[in-house]
Amino acid sequence: MRAEERSGWLLAAPYATFLLAFALYPIAFALALVFLHWDLVTTPTFAGVDNVTLLAQDTRFWQAVANTFLFLAIHVPLQIIAALALAVALNRQLMFRAFWRATFFLPVVISGAVVSILWSSLYATDVGLINNLLVRVGVQPVPWLTDPLTAMPAIAAMVTWKNVGFYIIIYLAGLQYIPRSCKEAIEIEGASVWQRFRFLTLPLLLPQTILVVTLSTINGFQLFIEPYVMTGGGPLRRTYSIVLYLYTNAFSYQKMGYAATIGVALALMIGTVILIQRRVLGDGDAL
Amino acid sequence: MKTLSRIALYTMLGVAALTFIYPFLWMASSTLKAPFEVGTLSLIPQHATLDNYRTMWARAPFGRALLNSTLVATTITAAVLVFGSMTAYAMARLNFRGRPVLNAITTVILLVPGQLTLIPLYTLIVQLGWIDTYAALIVPYLFNATAILLLRQFFLQIPQSLVDSARMDGMSEPRILFTIFWPLAKPALAIVAIFTFMGSWNEVLWPLLVVREQQLMTLPQLLTVFALGGGAGSLGVSLAAAMVLVVPVVIAYVFLQRHFIESMAGAGIKG
Repeated sequence: MRAEERSGWLLAAPYATFLLAFALYPIAFALALVFLHWDLVTTPTFAGVDNVTLLAQDTRFWQAVANTFLFLAIHVPLQIIAALALAVALNRQLMFRAFWRATFFLPVVISGAVVSILWSSLYATDVGLINNLLVRVGVQPVPWLTDPLTAMPAIAAMVTWKNVGFYIIIYLAGLQYIPRSCKEAIEIEGASVWQRFRFLTLPLLLPQTILVVTLSTINGFQLFIEPYVMTGGGPLRRTYSIVLYLYTNAFSYQKMGYAATIGVALALMIGTVILIQRRVLGDGDAL
Repeated sequence: MKTLSRIALYTMLGVAALTFIYPFLWMASSTLKAPFEVGTLSLIPQHATLDNYRTMWARAPFGRALLNSTLVATTITAAVLVFGSMTAYAMARLNFRGRPVLNAITTVILLVPGQLTLIPLYTLIVQLGWIDTYAALIVPYLFNATAILLLRQFFLQIPQSLVDSARMDGMSEPRILFTIFWPLAKPALAIVAIFTFMGSWNEVLWPLLVVREQQLMTLPQLLTVFALGGGAGSLGVSLAAAMVLVVPVVIAYVFLQRHFIESMAGAGIKG
C-alpha cells in the first residue's frame, strides 16, 4: 500500500504541477486581473472596479456581444437543420456510405485559417465563385463580406458548412439507437415519411439535438479566426466577435486587465446561455 | 416510386457533396492558375504555372513554418500520450490520497472556456520570457484533460488480474503501464494522438499571441499573417501557401478517415 501511494504520487506529480501552473493559477489570476490595470511593461496598478464599469459602458464591447449573438442565432438553428437532414439521408441504405460521410467531414479536419482564406475568395464580390454562379442564373452579385447586413450571416453559413460533418456524426450515433420495431409500428399505422420524422425520429433525437445546441453554442461564442481573416471585424464593426475584441485589447492596446475582464464576462455568458438552453430543452439525460 | 426517391436521395447527396469537395478542388487548381484566371469556375488551368508556389516560397519562410508546425505538433502529441497515460494510469489504477482531488479538478477544468485563461496564460508566458520561443507554443499543451479522462476510462476496463500478476512478477508501475497497458490501449492512444496532433496543427489564436518572429511561426499563423499582411499580393499565392498546410492533412485523412472521424468527433463529444 505504501508503494502504491508513492507510485501514484510519482506518476501524477508532473500533471499536478502542470495543473497548478497552467490551469489553476491562470484561473485565479484571471479573476485578479479584473481588478488591475496592466500594460505588461510597467508594474500593475490596482484598478478597483474600473474594468467592470468600463465594460458595462463600452459600446464596442456590447456591439461585439450583439454580433456574437446574431452569429449564434443564425448558426445554431442552421447547424441543427443541416446536420439532421444529412444524417437522416446518410442513415438510409446507401452505396458508398463511408465516402459520403468522409466528404461531409472533410472541412472539420481543415484549419479554420485555410477555410477562412478559401471562403473569402468564394464570397468575393467581383471575382468570387458564388457571385459568378449567381450571375449565370441572372441574379445580381451580392457583396457578401462588405455589406454590413450580409457579412455576419455569410460567416455563420461558412462556419456551419465547416462543422456540419462533426454534428452529422452525433446524429448518426443517435439514429442507430432508434429501435426497428418503432419504425415498423409507425409504418403499419400508415404514417407518411414526414409524420414518421416529425413524431418518431425528431423526439427520439432530442438528446442529440441538445448536445448539438450546447456544442455549437460554446463553439460559436469562441468565434475568432473567421472574422479576423475575412473581415477584420468590419464592415462597420458588424462582424467584430467577443474574442476578436478580447484579442485586440490584449494584443493591440496592451490592456491586460480589461482583456481578462472580457474573458471572464465571456465565460459567464457562455455558462448562463448554456444553463438557459438546458432549462428550456431539458438536460438530455439519455446521454 | 421507390426508384424515384432513390434517385432524389442520391441527387441531393451528390449536390451536397459537391459543395464540400468543389471548393477544395478549386483551391488546388487556382494555385496553378495565372492571376487573371483565378476568378473562373473551371478546375483546369488554361496556362498552368508554378509561379504562385515560387512567389509564396520566396516571400515568407514557409519551409521553416512547416518544420515548426511539425516539431510543435509532434512534441505535444508525444507528451500528451506519455504524460497523459502516466497520469491516467495513476488516476485509474493506483490508490493514493490525492486521486479524488485530481479527478475532480480534471473534470471541472474541462468546463472552463479557454478564453477565460487566455490572457493570464499570455501574461505568464511574457513573465517567463518565453515570447518567441518553442516553449511558449509547446509547454501549455503538454497535458490535456480530455486525453487524460479518455485514457483513464480505457485503463479502467483492463482486468485487475493482469496488474496483480505483473506486480507479483516484481514489475514496476511504469513498466506495467508501458508494456502491458499500452499494447492493449492502442485504439484509445490512436484516438488521443489524432485529435491532439490535429488540434495543435490547426491552432492559430495562441501562436498569434505568443510568437511575433517570422522564423518561429507555425503554418496556420504564418499563412494568416501572410494573407492578411498583403505579403501574398495575389489570391493564387495565398492559396498556394494554404496548400502547404492542407495537403499533409488531406493525405493522412484519405488513408485514415475512419480514425479521424472517430477521434475528432469522439473527443469533441466527450470534451
